[in-house]
Amino acid sequence: MGDVLVFAEHQHGKFPKTTLVAFTAGKDAAAKFGGACHAVVVGSGVDALASEAAAYGMKTVFQVDNPRLEHYLADAYTAALAEVVKAKGIETVLATATATGKDLMPRLAARLGAGLAADITEIHADGTVTRPMYAGNVFATIKLVGSPRVITVRATAFDAAQKGGAAGAVEKVAVALDEGKLTMKFVGLEEMKSDRPVLTEARIVVSGGRGLKNGENFKTVLEPLVDELGAAMGASRAAVDAGFVPNDLQVGQTGKVVAPELYIAVGLSGAIQHLAGMKDSKVIVAINKDEEAPIFQVSDYALVADLFKAVPEMKEAVHKLKG
Amino acid sequence: MKILVTVKRVPDPETNIKVKPDGSGIVTDNIKWVINPFDEIAIEEALRIKEKNAGSEVALVSIGAKVVQEQLRTGLAMGADRAILVLTDDALEPLAVARVLAKIVETEKPDLIVMGKQAIDDDSNAAGQMLAELLGWPQATFASKVELAGDQKSMTVVREVDGGLETIATPLPAIVTADLRLNEPRYASLPGIMKARKKEMKEIAIGDLDVDVAPKAQIVKMDPPPKRQAGKRVESVQQLVDLLHTEAKVI
Repeated sequence: MGDVLVFAEHQHGKFPKTTLVAFTAGKDAAAKFGGACHAVVVGSGVDALASEAAAYGMKTVFQVDNPRLEHYLADAYTAALAEVVKAKGIETVLATATATGKDLMPRLAARLGAGLAADITEIHADGTVTRPMYAGNVFATIKLVGSPRVITVRATAFDAAQKGGAAGAVEKVAVALDEGKLTMKFVGLEEMKSDRPVLTEARIVVSGGRGLKNGENFKTVLEPLVDELGAAMGASRAAVDAGFVPNDLQVGQTGKVVAPELYIAVGLSGAIQHLAGMKDSKVIVAINKDEEAPIFQVSDYALVADLFKAVPEMKEAVHKLKG
Repeated sequence: MKILVTVKRVPDPETNIKVKPDGSGIVTDNIKWVINPFDEIAIEEALRIKEKNAGSEVALVSIGAKVVQEQLRTGLAMGADRAILVLTDDALEPLAVARVLAKIVETEKPDLIVMGKQAIDDDSNAAGQMLAELLGWPQATFASKVELAGDQKSMTVVREVDGGLETIATPLPAIVTADLRLNEPRYASLPGIMKARKKEMKEIAIGDLDVDVAPKAQIVKMDPPPKRQAGKRVESVQQLVDLLHTEAKVI
């Protein structure tokens, strides 16, 4: 009883940090719910990934290897996962709330008739979980009724797992996929190529808002500082809405949630929706010319200044510091 | 073609939400209620599809108390043709919402359902995916571009995923959930508002649908978020960089 199954999402033959977070959350859940923590690796030709997952202290790694599962698609992956959950008597299915996790887990929950707690930040010993609502203005304690149940976890709420301990066993599981019911087709993926760290994994994030005025200024004013710091670049919803930068840079309630060691908010007011995506950062710096900007209420260091002067100056100061 | 769009009544996104002292819910006094912003994008997308495909119909559906008529009227004023309101005073979780919607779909038989990707109150981002599964339909979530095939039998959708844009193809009927960049919703025009008054608004008691809406994910209590203290004001860029180096030790 109480067994947990972690959906081990992978990209380019690797587990991103968000998956390592899921391993940690899975082990935490298993310890509190009194069961074992297993993982499931779904894909085509995923032997190496399955063995790797086992090294993170998963008791069993179920390997669902099928050419039909080469690309992630919600319908086929739901069918595959539901079979594993039923066959292995899983009580809790857990994934990180990535784009894939958010797409897949609700569908799986519906298939299983299971309760879903999305984007949780804490797991409690009494079996309840905590999740933010209303853009992080409310933290709700949720009791999931019945088994199985489905959880997605917020990537910033748990640490990345480390390899170690006794490696678990890999067990290949064959699933019967009913082709007639699988109608979704993968056409292509246009990846945003960037030499910068991934937004959700970066140690430092520099975000720009509408104060940057246009997309060109993101390039000429903000990016030099971003690169001097070796940071990832983010943006407010207002900046995305205005077309300055692509949506995958959006930090906030409906974008990405980040919690880096250092978050620098430049020319963004700090709307509730933006704060929801970054206020768990360890150190927050705000640079804004409006001293009434709400971002200053959550910042550790506040600089009231014209960003067009302050940002290039900061780039120079950081450069000097690095010597 | 027939398009069904789901609408949720939520607090205005600019509202400063406060938790009641007893943790039983949020303080609703003086809240301005609006259509969930992502649902507005969904309505807009449905209207654009209708405008390109003569003879199409856009029906709205919502679940909630009688007051939700306000948001449905707004959607009708934007240009939707008619509305359905499933009446309940309970706040339903996504699975219950999906089950209710699945019942509506049985009678409405739409070719396409467009939903917001997420309601900004509950923030679950789940009802669309759940409804797709209950119906056995394909899902195209977090859509930033929807292209219907000329024969209206299939579609290609660009999705906002981590690190890029994914394109998938599905046959219809299907579910699309709207992301931020799908479109810029129109405002209701004055003639639109006048016309909306006369459009059909059908009400259905939730009990008549015979759906299991018992909570599977019960909210035990609500708490306000931990407060973050405002920090210090710095006077110059140099001071800021020095403090980040020596005090915060992050650069």
